[in-house]
Amino acid sequence: MDIIHYILIPVLPLTAFVLNIVLGKFIFKKQAHLIAIAAVGISLALSIKAFMEASAGVVINQDLYTWIASGTFKVSVGFLVDQLTAVMLIVVTSVSFLVHVYSIGYMHGDAGYPRFFSFLSLFTFSMLMLVMSNNFLQLYFGWEAVGLCSYFLIGFWYEKKTAADAAKKAFIVNRFGDFGFGLGVILIFLNFGTLHYTDIFKDLGVIAAQTVMICGNEINLTTLIALLLFCGAVGKSAQLPLHVWLPDAMEGPTPVSALIHAATMVTAGVFLVARANPIFSMSPVAMDVVALTGGITAIFAATIALVQNDIKRVVAYSTVSQLGYMFVACGVGAFSAGIFHLYTHAFFKACLFLCAGSVMHAMGGELDVQKMGGLKKYMPITYWTMFIASLSIAGVPGLAGFFSKDEILWKALSSHSPVGKFVWIIGVITALLTAFYSFRVLFLAFHGTFRGTEEQKHHLHESPSAMTIPLMVLSVGAVVAGYVGVPHILGGHDWIGGFLGHVVGHAPVHAGAEASLEWPAMILSVIVAVVGIAAAAFFYLKRPELPQKIADSFKPIYRLLFNKYYVDEIYGFLIVKPCYWVSANVLDKITDKVFIEGIVNGVPMIVEWSGQKLRKIQTGVVLHYSLAMAIGVFLLAVLVIFGAGK
Amino acid sequence: MNATVCSVVVAGDSYVLTVAIFLPVLAALLMLLINKNRHSTIKWTALAASIANFIGVIPLFTDFDKTTAKMQFVAQYQWIRAWNINYYVGVDGISVLFVLLSALATILCVLVSWTAIKDKVKEFFIALMLIEGAMIGVFSSLDMFMFYIFWEAMLIPMYLLVGIWGGPGRLYAAIKFFLYTLTGSVLMLLGVITIYMMTGTFDMVKLMSTQLPVGMQMVLFWAFFAAFAVKVPMFPVHTWLPDAHTEAPTAGSVILAAILIKMGAYGFLRFSLPMFPDASQSVAPLMMVLSVVGIIYGGVICLSQTDLKRLIAYSSVSHMGFVTLGIFSLNIQGLEGGILQMINHGVITGALFLCVGMVYERSHTRLIADYGGLANVMPVFAGFFMVFTFASVGLPGTNGFVGEFLILIGGFTANKPVGILAATGVIIGAVYMLWLYQRVFYTDVNEKIAGLSDITFREVVTLLPLLILVFWIGFYPSAFTGFMDATVTQLLGRLRGGHMQALNMLIETVVK
Repeated sequence: MDIIHYILIPVLPLTAFVLNIVLGKFIFKKQAHLIAIAAVGISLALSIKAFMEASAGVVINQDLYTWIASGTFKVSVGFLVDQLTAVMLIVVTSVSFLVHVYSIGYMHGDAGYPRFFSFLSLFTFSMLMLVMSNNFLQLYFGWEAVGLCSYFLIGFWYEKKTAADAAKKAFIVNRFGDFGFGLGVILIFLNFGTLHYTDIFKDLGVIAAQTVMICGNEINLTTLIALLLFCGAVGKSAQLPLHVWLPDAMEGPTPVSALIHAATMVTAGVFLVARANPIFSMSPVAMDVVALTGGITAIFAATIALVQNDIKRVVAYSTVSQLGYMFVACGVGAFSAGIFHLYTHAFFKACLFLCAGSVMHAMGGELDVQKMGGLKKYMPITYWTMFIASLSIAGVPGLAGFFSKDEILWKALSSHSPVGKFVWIIGVITALLTAFYSFRVLFLAFHGTFRGTEEQKHHLHESPSAMTIPLMVLSVGAVVAGYVGVPHILGGHDWIGGFLGHVVGHAPVHAGAEASLEWPAMILSVIVAVVGIAAAAFFYLKRPELPQKIADSFKPIYRLLFNKYYVDEIYGFLIVKPCYWVSANVLDKITDKVFIEGIVNGVPMIVEWSGQKLRKIQTGVVLHYSLAMAIGVFLLAVLVIFGAGK
Repeated sequence: MNATVCSVVVAGDSYVLTVAIFLPVLAALLMLLINKNRHSTIKWTALAASIANFIGVIPLFTDFDKTTAKMQFVAQYQWIRAWNINYYVGVDGISVLFVLLSALATILCVLVSWTAIKDKVKEFFIALMLIEGAMIGVFSSLDMFMFYIFWEAMLIPMYLLVGIWGGPGRLYAAIKFFLYTLTGSVLMLLGVITIYMMTGTFDMVKLMSTQLPVGMQMVLFWAFFAAFAVKVPMFPVHTWLPDAHTEAPTAGSVILAAILIKMGAYGFLRFSLPMFPDASQSVAPLMMVLSVVGIIYGGVICLSQTDLKRLIAYSSVSHMGFVTLGIFSLNIQGLEGGILQMINHGVITGALFLCVGMVYERSHTRLIADYGGLANVMPVFAGFFMVFTFASVGLPGTNGFVGEFLILIGGFTANKPVGILAATGVIIGAVYMLWLYQRVFYTDVNEKIAGLSDITFREVVTLLPLLILVFWIGFYPSAFTGFMDATVTQLLGRLRGGHMQALNMLIETVVK
């Protein structure tokens, strides 16, 4: 495959963006999707071709032009397409393509139709630049650019204050993570003199033993770099403590939630860790931090998802939780398992979001599952696709989510570190919660009786085919996507593990006592999935009055979960309010207006004051003048006589 | 007597810079002759002159030899023989881009004032032309005497611009601006005279390779610092800027932001670093600390601003903190990033002030609270403003990123804690700019601004060059940093060499 074909993969969506943003409003109008879909469609075809090349072992690593050069600092725009990138290309272009198609139906009639498609194209371009980069700075470019698109698309309906607030929050919270990421990139440059992946990974041994002093503590340089990079990942992939932006990001149109806030952009953090796996692998401390962050986030978000009523927010917290799984995988050294889950997650989670969008479409924008119910008979395609996706995320055997999640749990259990064992326990509990909350939403929305208004009931309908076809395609993906990674124990070859192994290495193979646990562990996963689904069925199908009773009897816990552990409120109290207070009441009112201006205005005042006082010497009385003259002469004489003596 | 002293031409006779300085002055004289009621003739004359001047300086961009650190486009003529004063102009990698930016900014200022200025039109455009001549004069002077004349000459039309065509508080702002900068300038004048007394020359190129005694360097550094720090403006001498910016007419704000405050940083590069290298090195840590305070202070104070122009003015304090941080990192990334960020800030903040001017002309309010939902009312304008907002935030792909990133590398190399603190400016920048954007453009349409018309073709033309520069520098900065390489490398050699010389002198004294 010629290099120009690789270049076209991101350039086509960029072209579509430029055409739509400049001309869309005036010329293409309701046909704006044609250019965007054509562009991403060709990119998809080229990505498949690139994937096949990568399977054949062809790795492209080529600089295109020098972007920034200053002294020894030199960064190029260039492409690296290896097996890891190839998988990401498939995920990004295929989900993006389906979301484009879905949006024809979902965004139909919206005033900002061309704008919507132009931002989707810009996002696709940015995400492709991110995954195809061959150096850290271009990765950073893509990283910030997808954040920008996320900002535009969350705030797509900017007339709504909540949407505008959510967009701003997403960008700013991410900036906190990027602060660390940027410092990490600078630190890499200062130590390696380059930002190219291959050159850095080749020279890693050089800094292996180096340490830096921070506040009197000696810290391994590799650990520091890895943790700084991970800061960026925590922001972008919405892990604790920077997860707060993702649930709010649901203010954006639902196709955006599916594409950006489930399948692709939020997984960039996992991609970053996988891409920088040689750095992370060298630092056991950093690996433990990654695994623990992922594990704690996974269970944290899953508990919140248990009690939320907003259908999109449940799916959003579920995304945060599933991303946690991916970090668990990376943290225990099973990078390929992390990417495998990223890949299967893209299908079932995008499917879940688009199903939620389909429901909203039918319900006139209603998000509260408590006001739904019985939708199954009105929208069967949506129901069945969501059912399949829920089975997949719950980890029911045979579906995509089962294979990838089980791979992660097994790799965690079989890793030799205590951290691995700990996150395995968390992972199993989270799997139980996941099965429960996924089916809770499904049962509340689609089973039972309809609890919405008469008007809503009157309008209930299945979505148009532009929306249902992507749903069906994705639900097929949610089933079959896992078969590229069937573990050896089930007679498979773990093809994806071997494929990605070229880039991310192979997780340690375990023999002996550990290996004998693989069957019991897998059976346990299946049991928790089934128990979770059964529990949801019991509470929401058989005894629908029970959940409210439980909520009432455990009020404090319920409130804590319902209010998302009050994290937003804590940040507001500790960070946001003090900043604004200092700005308004200290810097503006005191430092600038009183202190500095006091000095500045004080100088002329002193001049004026001394002028006023000195004026009084000019009395006009001759006697005064002659006295002054006499004193002057006397002083001069003294000065001459005694001064000359020296 | 030396042969070269006898001839009028001392070295070089390129007319490019001379034309660039005096064409606007000639245009101003010509405009004096035009009847003051013929507004359109006056405007077209000003536009023609500024465009002609821009075309005239294009050779600086195309014919500049990037491989040498020597002064180019040099013209040197004897002026006042008794005091060894010459008419001496030329540009190197540090100054060349600022001459170009000055010429471009003037065109945009003429365009944006086209309908905004209704009173004393003739005088306004004459003042603008005189400012252009003085600006280019400052950046191309290679004789300290001339430099000082242009430096001060710039002040008078600028004072008039703020004081006559400004907002309600214009008189206070104009006087404050004048006194602030004049105080600094007086100390610089003493410095200039001292240097002349010591060396007998005003020739800046010569002085850039003259080793002054270290103690004297320190005194001179602070004398010049007074002038430059006020212009930049560095914390804590920044309080004139918000007032001047807020009250100035749009063209005045643009000139202030794009060019005038760059002169302070340019002064550091042209005088402080090469002429007082040892002093510069010893105070560099202090300068870096002041820069970081400026970055954070300027950023945080933006959060509580209620006036559009005042907010952007304070953001300048923050961004110029990045510039001085880069300069005093005293390494190649810091210096190149600093110079590039001066250009970037001129482009971005210039553009933001143009934008504010355009919307002010329609709404007659600068209060952020009077806006809201403008994206629905003026969508094209909102698009332009969005681009400049994100350039200001330093998003990769825009020019703001390249400058900031190079400066952070430079700052980090020089001093890690300072680099880390400076990087927090990147977060704060996003907070205040996005919050500003939201309050002005998003949410429901505020009835006070409902029904405003979107920007006109003339206004699009005004903003477009800056939009192109945002992306041009963002995606291909080498086209601009390439100008600086040779000069900055030489300057760094001078700093290190100067240091060695000082060390040798010290050793000699100790041995003696």
